[in-house]
Amino acid sequence: MLQAEALSIHRGGRTVLEGVDLALQPGRVLGVLGPNGAGKSTLLGALSGELAPAHGHVRLHGRPLEQWSGSERARCLAVLPQSSTLSFGFRVEEVVGMGRLPHATGLVCDREIVEAALRAADAAHLFGRSYLALSGGERQRVHLARVLAQLWPGAQGQTLLLDEPTSMLDPLHQHSILQATRAFAAQGAAVLVILHDLNLAARYCDRLLLLQDGRPQALGSPDEVLRPEPLKQVFGLDVLIQRHPEQGHPLIVVR
Amino acid sequence: MTPALRPRSLFIALGLLLALALWGSLALGPVSLPLGETLQAALRLLGLPLGGSELNQAQLIVGQIRMPRTLLGLAVGAVLALCGVAMQGLFRNPLADPGLIGVSSGAALGAAIAIVGGAAFGGIPEAIAPYLLSLCAFVGGLAVTALVYRLGRRDGLTSVVTMLLAGIALNALAFACIGLFTYLADDATLRTLTFWNLGSLNGASYARLWPLLLVAFAVALWLPRRARALNALLLGESEARHLGFEVERLKRELVFCTALGVGAAVAAAGMIGFIGLVVPHLVRLLVGPDHRVLLPASMLAGASLLLLADLAARLVLAPAELPIGIVTALIGAPFFLYLLIRGR
Repeated sequence: MLQAEALSIHRGGRTVLEGVDLALQPGRVLGVLGPNGAGKSTLLGALSGELAPAHGHVRLHGRPLEQWSGSERARCLAVLPQSSTLSFGFRVEEVVGMGRLPHATGLVCDREIVEAALRAADAAHLFGRSYLALSGGERQRVHLARVLAQLWPGAQGQTLLLDEPTSMLDPLHQHSILQATRAFAAQGAAVLVILHDLNLAARYCDRLLLLQDGRPQALGSPDEVLRPEPLKQVFGLDVLIQRHPEQGHPLIVVR
Repeated sequence: MTPALRPRSLFIALGLLLALALWGSLALGPVSLPLGETLQAALRLLGLPLGGSELNQAQLIVGQIRMPRTLLGLAVGAVLALCGVAMQGLFRNPLADPGLIGVSSGAALGAAIAIVGGAAFGGIPEAIAPYLLSLCAFVGGLAVTALVYRLGRRDGLTSVVTMLLAGIALNALAFACIGLFTYLADDATLRTLTFWNLGSLNGASYARLWPLLLVAFAVALWLPRRARALNALLLGESEARHLGFEVERLKRELVFCTALGVGAAVAAAGMIGFIGLVVPHLVRLLVGPDHRVLLPASMLAGASLLLLADLAARLVLAPAELPIGIVTALIGAPFFLYLLIRGR
């Protein structure tokens, strides 16, 4: 389980993240919302151990993150950055197979996992294609399959951090990818996902964290967080909250 | 752009190519030897009791001239190609070259200092001149690379972009200094300097070969152990870190390995361009970018192509010899342009 206590991050003399207390829960999806520059990716960088905190701690299974060895950490914590720049013509299954690098599970097992992860990310039909020949959205799904493969099948004790996994996807895939993420969490993994679409967040997240200027403004269920006042305060947006006619989750409509 | 070959077919083809290059390098020249005699001479060099006990002409030619030259070509070609792969991985760019981090220009500067400085002090004794030249070149390459690496570091992290820019600046500076030495040199020194910069496998001897062979061995053993980390690095530095690799250490090791390898190669054979750039690129077109195949395949291809280029350098104007740097550039540069145009 991944935990942050009183986490603060300084960058270039500025405080870009302050006072974050957070515990990811097994089997649950936590959504992180906030305007551009609110510190969402910084939070993800700190939680993944890439940015050293100025104050506070990040603990994985109770042990400070910096005490974990690289491969040990990679076997239970996977991170999908916002965008990846890969300019070499690997085949799709080779890219996804890199998710298995921290493991030593053998070729046969790895191949099965790669295929399963590709199916989960709705990218099974891309098998055999060159990565460079894919569209932006297809690449994004391949990288999602890669981080899923890294933790496959997503048992309890695994943590997945996703930075805007739907930013380049068409509407259908925005939903299918977040459904896949939920299904992955249902196996026991804890998931944190940064999103921009409030309605997607309302539909697929169990809890939401609202960030503004590096500070947490609200943390709770979608019903608690997605209310007109906090959204007005954080995004400067006048919204109406309704109910989804079939699913029942909050539906955010801009006035 | 899916790779055309299975790794096994590629390794068989490269093995045959290397055998052909080895045979050509040992058998062909001003005095061409039949295959049987070449083989016999080579095997007797290895200590096998074949034929008579007296040294014949073939054995003298193979043993004293062509064998050290062939070994030199093998090591230089293999090391340049391997270090090319390392740099393209480090910069995550298929068009990167070992020269980017300043090792070649640094070695050239070291050599220029040795050649011109030596002449200014009334000439270095004939016996140690080649060793001093190689040593200065090796140290020069290491020193400039170390400086490029230092400049790329900030807050305990290495920025490859800063390293790239620092490399460009230091390359320019090194070449300006070489230009200055060229300007100061007298005619005989100038000739040595120019020929050294064009590269040559001429004058190979066992005594000067050992340091390079050691370095080549180390590089060839060590780099393939980092194949998986290099694959991950191509995804991005963050991605490689998230996959559990120690990226800072990997970058440091890659830079050090290249400085050592290319420094030793340039020290032994002068500046030989385009092998480090074109060979990995070519192999990648054939079997894809997976370093577990790319590294050994590039090593074989680099060794073979350098031997073949040296063969061309020896045979085209025989009995005179072209500097091999001219041959590799004459073949490599148009090929590189072809790749650029094709890739568009």
